[in-house]
Formats: sequence, structure tokens, C-alpha cells
Amino acid sequence: MQASEFLAEAGAISRFAGRFFSEGFRPRYEVQEFLYQCYVVGYKSLPLVGVTGFIMGMVLTLQARPTMAKFGAEAWIPAMVALSIIREMGPIITALICAGKIGSSIGAELGSMNVTEQIDAMEVSGTNPFKYLVVTRVLATTLMIPVLVILADVIGLYASYLGVNMKGVTSLSLFVNNIMNRLEFSDVVPAFIKTFFFGFAIGIIGCYKGYHSQKGTEGVGQSANSAVVVSSLVIFVIDLLAVQITGLLGLN
Amino acid sequence: MESVSPQVQEAPAQQPAASAEVVLEVEHLVKSFGENHVLQDFSLQLHRGENVVVLGKSGSGKSVLIKCIIGLLQPDSGSIRVFGEEVTGLEHQELDELRARVGFLFQSNALYDSMTVRENLLFPLRRHWINKTPAEEQAMVEEALQSVGLEQTQNMMPAELSGGMRKRIGLARTLILKPDIILYDEPTTGLDPITAREISQLILDVQARYTTSAIIISHDMNCVRITANRVALLVDGRCYQQGTYEELRHSTDPVVREFFEGAVPRA
Ligand SMILES: Nc1ncnc2c1ncn2[C@@H]1O[C@H](COP(=O)(O)OP(=O)(O)OP(=O)(O)O)[C@@H](O)[C@H]1O
Ligand SMILES: [Mg+2]
Repeated sequence: MQASEFLAEAGAISRFAGRFFSEGFRPRYEVQEFLYQCYVVGYKSLPLVGVTGFIMGMVLTLQARPTMAKFGAEAWIPAMVALSIIREMGPIITALICAGKIGSSIGAELGSMNVTEQIDAMEVSGTNPFKYLVVTRVLATTLMIPVLVILADVIGLYASYLGVNMKGVTSLSLFVNNIMNRLEFSDVVPAFIKTFFFGFAIGIIGCYKGYHSQKGTEGVGQSANSAVVVSSLVIFVIDLLAVQITGLLGLN
Repeated sequence: MESVSPQVQEAPAQQPAASAEVVLEVEHLVKSFGENHVLQDFSLQLHRGENVVVLGKSGSGKSVLIKCIIGLLQPDSGSIRVFGEEVTGLEHQELDELRARVGFLFQSNALYDSMTVRENLLFPLRRHWINKTPAEEQAMVEEALQSVGLEQTQNMMPAELSGGMRKRIGLARTLILKPDIILYDEPTTGLDPITAREISQLILDVQARYTTSAIIISHDMNCVRITANRVALLVDGRCYQQGTYEELRHSTDPVVREFFEGAVPRA
């Protein structure tokens, strides 16, 4: 992609996000559709997020063991794994998985609605399609991704507990205590806040790509595809910004 | 099923007098997309109870024309008056009120494919703030489906329907609001000749039953012959010529002749 194209795209997405803020908080509120989208985004992603969270916790623990054992620091494994899950791995892996699952499905759904004139049909049926389709979906991802991240964190930590117990024995309360002693406010809150931005990015980019898809069936595939690519990229950029900002605020 | 009448009706029922009230008026409409000048000074009038067919080649801007009328596209200049009200300057709310009275049948049907047929029909009803009890809603859904002859499809998904059935459901979704004007975008394109004829018949039926006025976009000469009270030719972004089907069929103008090449007379 050329630089000018890139900038034009970034500008268009920002304008789209601006429209979200200017239209999203004025009546009429599409409550029913919003709740349905929360169900779609949140509930239907549970199994996928659960499995990835579990594997993430397990693998991190098993991978950490040999190195930590070299230094005789096996007792530190729970705290170390917990920190990396809560601060980084949980949010970023969940967000990427959701970018793949939710971002692409939003892109494809709105893309095909655009191609088959369903969006126009909504407009002539007394509905503001931007509110009905875009605002509800963006709000749903913004609120549901944090919930999914917390879930992935909890499952990941439990998997880590199981991983620790594969060689050696720890009780769950000891494991939890070990983590709680190390965990600070500044580990949890910035990580939690950035997940809202991840969710927003997934929603807004998926919707933008679908809403402005090229006509034709090829356009639908393309918008689904680029929704995933762009939102994954943006998630990393937000992650980088988040770590810089929390550093500047002295919260690291 | 009284709607799909067995006897073939070969011409619009009544010929509305040219003096009938004008319900829709397009004047000097101009619309370009960049360098692509689609409509240049297009004018057209629609009288109450009349079916006007707009004929034009593919890509001549027929869909653009009716999308301007319903407010989906903003014209560059010119005026569009529906029931005497200027469409181009309307607020959101007023536009919505107008759209409840003007039905639009999309070229691609635009059925919501995540909803059942019933939900598709209820969508415009509920979204236009028309408060009905569930029983009334049900009755309206059934009436609309009955008038297109597809009562049994209520709980089917659009993907399970054939092309012709989808056209009919699209029409039912438009009819449920009992619009005064219906804009049909190529209602018979992509259908086999028999189904195309049934749909054309249905358009006539709707005209007689609900006394609607209609603009019908088409390049299917059979559909034109059956449905048109008046035909307008859209050539190079202008209304090239108007007249009844028979008048234009006998025209000696080479441009008009091109459209009517091989067209058959009305029975
Ligand atoms: N939203 C749009 N943006 C840019 N160009 C457009 C847009 N809509 C239509 N056009 C252009 O306007 C011209 C007329 O398109 P339109 O869809 O009205 O054709 P049509 O007469 O309906 O043809 P068909 O019979 O194939 O449906 C085409 O050249 C098309 O490229
Ligand atoms: Mg068209």
C-alpha cells in the first residue's frame, strides 16, 4: 500500500469513528439490536476465547519451567505467568482472536448487506442504518471484548495452576496467594483499560470495511479480509501506545 | 388466490386521465459521479393511478433516477416533488414520513437474509413507528403475503426462496405499508419469461387493488407492454421521448426504434 493510500484510509476510518460519536449518542437508541449484538459478540465467542485462554496459560507455564528451574526460581512461576497473562498475553491474544472471529464476521455481514442493497433498504424503511448496524456493533465489541479478556485471563491462570501442578504440587490457595502478593494496581488497570480500545478498534474497523465494501461478491471477501488485517495491526499499535502512555504516567 | 388471476390481462386496467393530479414530478434533474454524467436535465411527471415505465439501456442511470427520488442519492441540481413536497431539502424525520408513503422495490430485492420472511415484512412496519397490536400485525403480514400469493412462506428464510418468490416477498414488504407510489427497479430482470409475466401481472393487480401510482424501471419489453400506461425513454441522461406503448412502437425515430425492435403489439 502506498503512503498516500494509507493516509487516506486512516483519515476515512477516523471520520467514520467521528460519525460514530456524533450519531451514536443521540436518540433513537437501538437497544434491542445492541443487546442482540452483545449476545452475538460475547456469548458466541466464549468457547473460542476459553480454549485459547486455557492453552495460553498452560503453554506459558510449561515453557517457563525449564528456564526458571535453571535459576532455582520455580517458586516465581505463578507470579511471572500471572503478570504476563494479565498485563499482555491475555488482552492481546484475546483481541487478536476476536479480530479474526468478530471483525471478519462483521466485515462480511455488513459487506454483503451493502452489496445486496440491504443497507439502502433499511434506510428507506425508516431506519438509520448507521445507528442500527454500526453503532450497536461497535458498542457491543467495545463492551464485550473487556469481558472476554477477563474471562481468558481467569481461564489462563487456572490453566497455569494446572501446569504448575504437572510437576510438583501447589494448592490453589497457595497459587492464588503467590500471585496476589505480586500483583499491583498498576498491573491490572492499564491492561484493563486498553481492552476497551481493542474492542472499539475491532468494531469500528470491521464496520467501516463492511459499510464501504466494493460492490460485488469479491468485495465482501475483501472487506472481511482487510477488516482482520487492519484491526490486528491497529491492536498492536494501540498496545504500543498503551505501554508508552502508562510509562509516561509512571504506572509501569 | 384472487391476486394471480387466471385470465390474462394484457393492458393496464384503467387509463388515468392526463388531467389526474400529479403525485410526483421530476424537473431538470442532474446527477454526476465525478466525470460520469449520468443524468443531465431529466424531467418526468407521474399522475395518480398511473404506471409510467422508464426504459433505458443498462447503465443509463435508471436506478440512479429512482434512488434520487427516494432520497438515497442526492441530486446535483434539479427538483423532485412528491405530493408537492420538495424531496431534496427534507429533514430526516420528514423524509422518513415520505418514505412510508413511497414504496421501493430494489433491483436485487434486498431482503434481509438474517431474518425470516415474516420478520422481513414486519421490519418496515415496526421501524416506521406504526404501533399495531400483534394481532393487527399478523393480519397485515398475511394480507401482504396473500396479495403476492405466498401465504405459506412466512417462516422461511430468504435463502430458501426462488428468485421469483424473492421478488414477490420484496413486493409484499413494500405493500405492507400501503404506499401511494411504488418505485419498481427492474421487477422482471433475471426471471424466466413465465415468472416475469406473472410479476408483470402482479404489478397490474397491485395498481388496481391499492390504486397506486408507479414508476417501473425496465428493459423487458413484455413487462413494458403489460404494465405501462405511458413509456418514457431515458437516453443520454434526458427524457428522450414519452408516449404510450403503441405510439412509441410505431415511431420512426431510429433511437426509439432500437428499443422496440421486435416488440409485439398489444393484444
Ligand atoms: N453510487 C455510485 N457511485 C458512483 N457511480 C455510480 C453509483 N451508482 C451508479 N453509478 C454509475 O451511474 C451509472 C448508472 O448506473 P445505474 O445503476 O443507474 O444504471 P441502470 O440504468 O440502473 O442500469 P441497469 O439496467 O444495469 O440496472 C453507471 O455508470 C454507474 O457506474
Ligand atoms: Mg439498475
